[in-house]
Amino acid sequence: MSTEPIIFQPTPARAAPSSKIGAVAWLRANLFGGWKDTVVTIALLAILLATVPKLIGWLFLRATFWGDADACRLAGGACWPFIIDKFNVLMMGVYPQELGWRPGIAAIALIVLAALTYTNRMRGIVLVVAWAILPFFALIMIGGAFGMREVDQSLWGGLMLSILLALVGVIVSIPLGVMLALGRYYGSPVVKSLCIAFIELLRGVPLITILFMASVMMPLFLPPDMIINNLLRIQIAMILFSSAYMAEVVRGGLQAIPNGQTEASLALGVTRRHTIAFVIVPQALRHVLPPLIGRCIALFKDTSLVIIVGLLDFLGMIKNAALDTSWLGFQAEAYVFAAFVYWSICYSLSLYGRELERRGPSAQKR
Amino acid sequence: MPMTKTRAKSGFALGNIGSMASQGVVLAVVLGFVYLLFTNTQENLALRGIESGFTFLDKEAGLPIGDSLIAYTPMRSYGYAFLVGILNTLFVSVLAIILSTILGVFVGVARVSHNWLLAKVAAVYVETLRNLPLLLTLFFIYTVVLAALPHPRDAIQLVEGVYLSKRGFYLPRPLAEPGFWSFLIAALIAFALGLAFWRWAALYKLRTGKTLPGFWGGLGIFIVLTALAYLITGRPVGSELPVYAGFNFKGGLAMKPEFASLLIGLVLYTAAYIGENVRSGIQSVEAGQIEAANALGVSNAVVTRKVLLPQALRVTIPATTNDYASLVKNSSLAVAIGYPDMVSIGGTIIGQNGQAVEIIAMWMAVYLTINLIISLGMNTLNARVQHAER
Repeated sequence: MSTEPIIFQPTPARAAPSSKIGAVAWLRANLFGGWKDTVVTIALLAILLATVPKLIGWLFLRATFWGDADACRLAGGACWPFIIDKFNVLMMGVYPQELGWRPGIAAIALIVLAALTYTNRMRGIVLVVAWAILPFFALIMIGGAFGMREVDQSLWGGLMLSILLALVGVIVSIPLGVMLALGRYYGSPVVKSLCIAFIELLRGVPLITILFMASVMMPLFLPPDMIINNLLRIQIAMILFSSAYMAEVVRGGLQAIPNGQTEASLALGVTRRHTIAFVIVPQALRHVLPPLIGRCIALFKDTSLVIIVGLLDFLGMIKNAALDTSWLGFQAEAYVFAAFVYWSICYSLSLYGRELERRGPSAQKR
Repeated sequence: MPMTKTRAKSGFALGNIGSMASQGVVLAVVLGFVYLLFTNTQENLALRGIESGFTFLDKEAGLPIGDSLIAYTPMRSYGYAFLVGILNTLFVSVLAIILSTILGVFVGVARVSHNWLLAKVAAVYVETLRNLPLLLTLFFIYTVVLAALPHPRDAIQLVEGVYLSKRGFYLPRPLAEPGFWSFLIAALIAFALGLAFWRWAALYKLRTGKTLPGFWGGLGIFIVLTALAYLITGRPVGSELPVYAGFNFKGGLAMKPEFASLLIGLVLYTAAYIGENVRSGIQSVEAGQIEAANALGVSNAVVTRKVLLPQALRVTIPATTNDYASLVKNSSLAVAIGYPDMVSIGGTIIGQNGQAVEIIAMWMAVYLTINLIISLGMNTLNARVQHAER
């Protein structure tokens, strides 16, 4: 008898039927699943075919890239020379042209720091300190100090001003927000009620009323001989407004820290203050990084409201440019450009927020 | 430090920081600060010759208002003008809340649709609107989109009596003719009957186990009876069509461009947020739930109504409460495009008499009240959909 061992040989699996793979199957599954899907798909395709080619034609194909207003009117498409002509004003407002390199350096510092943060090259305390220093560096570069020529704040404007308002607002309001949240969560009854009153009052009213308050009412609150310029008042208002929202975000983080952390820390003989400062707050902040990024986006979008109280930020400059008589009739281009800039900044921030959510503490638990 | 106090809420012995003495110090500092502000303000007001107090509310306003829900002339008082503003704020907010909820639900459902194209279009919509400042969207609609509409002379006619032009939108105005009130009462009775049938069908099902088409039956009863009443009372609802005369439309319901832009902007912006709430609500329901229900042979419509919705709403409603509150606050952007809402009118009053403290206090009071009402309403709704506490 032969002792040839019989080895089980599984038949190789057959390939999926051709109706389940490939482009046709994908189309059938995702676009033409049933008669309802088919109707929706065809209707959407019709709408897209009617609008998208026109839009692309206006934006690029029929658009003018070099020339003057008359050349634009002849071509009929979008008029990009208008934006190029206004570019400096849109970026910096009426800031002196010959000093433009100073905000430029601040902008490069911001971009480099953002890149280092995004690629995770810089972390820990160095990162925090770098971000804390950045707004002051930007203020010094733009405003002028240490022998650099001073530039009055009434000349600041454009995208520079929008970013500056948001940057200073975010960086100052986070520590304030943490303090308010701690006051609301751990404070004595008096502190707690004061914090709640502050937070709920600011969250309950629109930013515009707070900006009005800063620009009309704050001068009444101060001693008659004390004058704070409009920009600083509005910056303070934005910081206070933002800190109320930051406080609520941070409070969510405080609530997410399990009691075991505190108990363990106290059992090791760490004082209550140190437990809060070195055990709870760092973990809470890590938890709420994604919503904090969300608040940054919101604050950046909110900076556009300052035009209502007379500052000329990016949107204000866009609005002014649209009214320029030598470029009359190109409002759409101005607003499309503004939308492009705001959208790029906000969308990249929100992508970063999602990235943080993916690698954050709450993602690891799942 | 001895830890005698414990906190019930956080459940551990971190206790309150500080004693009675330090609390007293905090309170004293805050009160002192407030007193300082108060005396400064008094001094400043006296220096600038600005009155204080609310007596100005009775004085003649003299400010023109472009868009008012109630009869208004510049001869009316400041208080009345401010009331016009409050009503405008409320009107645009309520309308925008309703419309943005409808659009938002569509967007949210579209985002989780199996139809790839629909889901992508919805995603592009949401990502675009959410990442642009609302003010930019408003300016764009007001100065680019609406301005591109034709002059009233060659207005776009959507259907009979509905016109779009750069001066605004015009709709037919419903008119009550004789017999309208009896028709209205009849319609209300028909509605009550339809509702009663729906309830009765549900009870009948509990009692006997037999299913009756309760909802559709009730709706049928309501529609048929209302239509009958409409015919019997002699068709009492007429309409006044807008007619182009001279340089603009006369008659009908006119929607000014400022109002239309604000409404469209608020709806588009808020719907993107509500859409995200709806999406995360739907995605929070585990797929196993739907599969289990389908495996039990439950129809898709019932799965949606009885399995998906109740669980999705638990996630959607609290987030949407915040968005409604934001919408009301965002309606204050009206001031930037010239719709006379409360902030816009208040701002004009400040410009006239400088009584900023009073006006800002009134703004805050109204917004806080509106927000409180929204939270109360939505919390009641929320309490009905959340899990019972165990």
